[in-house]
Amino acid sequence: MKPILTFAPAAFSPFVTLAAEPGMSSLDYPGGSWSPYVVGALIGVLSMLTFYFSNQPLGASTGYARLAGMIGRIVAPKHTQSLKYYQDNEPAVDWEVMLVAGVILGAFVAAWQGGDLSSEWLPPMWAVRFGQDSLVPRLAVALLGGVLVAFGARLAGGCTSGHGISGALQLSVGSWIALICFFLGGIAAAMLMYRT
Amino acid sequence: MCDEPSKLVLGLFTGLVFGFVLQKGRVGKFPVIIGQILQKRWTVVKIMLTAIVVGSVRVYTMVSLGMAQLHVKPAMFGGLILGGLLFGIGMALLGYCPGTSVAACGEGKRDAMFGTVGVITGAFACVWLYPVHQPALNSFPDWGKITLPELTTTSLWLWILGLFVLAAARAYVFEETRRRSPGSYT
Repeated sequence: MKPILTFAPAAFSPFVTLAAEPGMSSLDYPGGSWSPYVVGALIGVLSMLTFYFSNQPLGASTGYARLAGMIGRIVAPKHTQSLKYYQDNEPAVDWEVMLVAGVILGAFVAAWQGGDLSSEWLPPMWAVRFGQDSLVPRLAVALLGGVLVAFGARLAGGCTSGHGISGALQLSVGSWIALICFFLGGIAAAMLMYRT
Repeated sequence: MCDEPSKLVLGLFTGLVFGFVLQKGRVGKFPVIIGQILQKRWTVVKIMLTAIVVGSVRVYTMVSLGMAQLHVKPAMFGGLILGGLLFGIGMALLGYCPGTSVAACGEGKRDAMFGTVGVITGAFACVWLYPVHQPALNSFPDWGKITLPELTTTSLWLWILGLFVLAAARAYVFEETRRRSPGSYT
């Protein structure tokens, strides 16, 4: 545990100093939120703790494959059983599924604590671009986007957390390639959608 | 096969902290993700760069002391490039990524809940089509579990120092911009 303590001030200081600059009052971050530098540093520390205690990279997308298998076993047990991936990786509640459950709870507590809970259906930014009556397209696009995100993450072997943070901080060649492709694909699609 | 209870508790606890911090970092919000992709808001890059720098120093320190193992994913170009591009397009459509869409669900966002149904469906579809895409993608080069310092045979700490300088310089530029135009979230 020693390196954790030794490196704590050193790794934090430049970012915390910046976060405390007079130009950055807490008013700049609505909804009880924190400076992105503090949040980033905490995620960095959490990644290390996850390596140390769980011997795992911190990633969200594997849990989804497990969850999908668990649902698949209820909806179409025979078909799910026949899939090679689920023969090799039996769908069961594991570390990664618990991680996803924890994220829901943790985000709920944070939003509740910061008075940031909402029951919003249509993001205002979407409404400005596509109209107030575009709820059905929004939900359809969210669903399609979800499918693509998960399909892509499984093909690439990770997502923004698995490749973008855990992989990138290990200086993994593959993870940096994935991270660049995430942004390239995103920029291309967002330019088409939100070009004004 | 189920993980032992201690491991499950560890996963839940890690998720709790991760979800709490993601929510406090506002990355479970549609305008923050889309704003980053459109390069109008830089919250995501600030968080990621800081996490990468802080994390790499700490993880590699532990690894060099023999206290932790690396978990590098293989550089398989087919899956990484095709999957990465699909992921990016999906992220622009959804407005969240797999981790932050769950955080947005915890916050109560209804569109994220729809998106999360899509995410589970997509994960299943990928497993289902595994026999179709795997042979095709495996025909692309695979460099194995390699890191940037290994690939370039340079010093690991040089890379980490470089990242630190990059992140610090980026942070300086961001904050200078903010100071000049107060109220912006850049």
